[in-house]
Amino acid sequence: MPQARGWLTRLMPKIIDRRQVRALIARGAQLVEVLPAEDFAEEHLAGAINIPLKELDERSAARLDRARPVIVYCHDLQ
Amino acid sequence: MSPRAAWRLESLGFRDVHVYAAGKADWGAMGLPLEGALADRPTIGALARTDVPTCALTDRVRDLREWSGEWDTCLVVNEARVVLGRILTSELSANGDARAEEVMRPGPSTFRPNVSVAQMLEYMREHDLRSAPVTRGDGTLVGLVLRSELEAAEVTARASREKDMRVD
Repeated sequence: MPQARGWLTRLMPKIIDRRQVRALIARGAQLVEVLPAEDFAEEHLAGAINIPLKELDERSAARLDRARPVIVYCHDLQ
Repeated sequence: MSPRAAWRLESLGFRDVHVYAAGKADWGAMGLPLEGALADRPTIGALARTDVPTCALTDRVRDLREWSGEWDTCLVVNEARVVLGRILTSELSANGDARAEEVMRPGPSTFRPNVSVAQMLEYMREHDLRSAPVTRGDGTLVGLVLRSELEAAEVTARASREKDMRVD
């Protein structure tokens, strides 16, 4: 089952809590809010950038540094 | 939404992706820094009175009377300062030996520090509240907001806005 093996070797995104967010930011992580631009304009975590989920592609992701951790978030568990 | 974004980034070759699942709601509820058009609005976290009297579940009513002084509220907290109950000092029983847990109102309504002063005042007027406990997202106590102090802050903010709008 080559397809299954491929799945297992992929690096799953990790669910983290607030304490881990702060620790990662201290290590240079990039914060990305994936909500629409209007939500981001109203309020966002200090230092975050906005890449709405509907606009997330190779071109928009080029704003991010692949060598540093990335933290994505939205409003809550939606 | 954020897990899908994380997987999309993974598909684009990102190898160190994390999901802060509790998100902006959790961050704001803890009173942590936010930016944006709404971030500068006055919020109740800054106005909450941190000197509100607190007690433990097993403290005795006779002591609460002394600690509470002029306050209308004593909040019952555990060792981690998580709010477990609220005692309205006007309702304190005559029995000085009663424990706080016997006279408290368990699980009181609390409000997050990032609620705006305007929203909080509207709620307090609607529900005829004189004061309200403020807690972080994890239930720990920030303090008690007093309606009289929020109203004073609202008047000051309005006067300041009007002054800014005047052209001399």
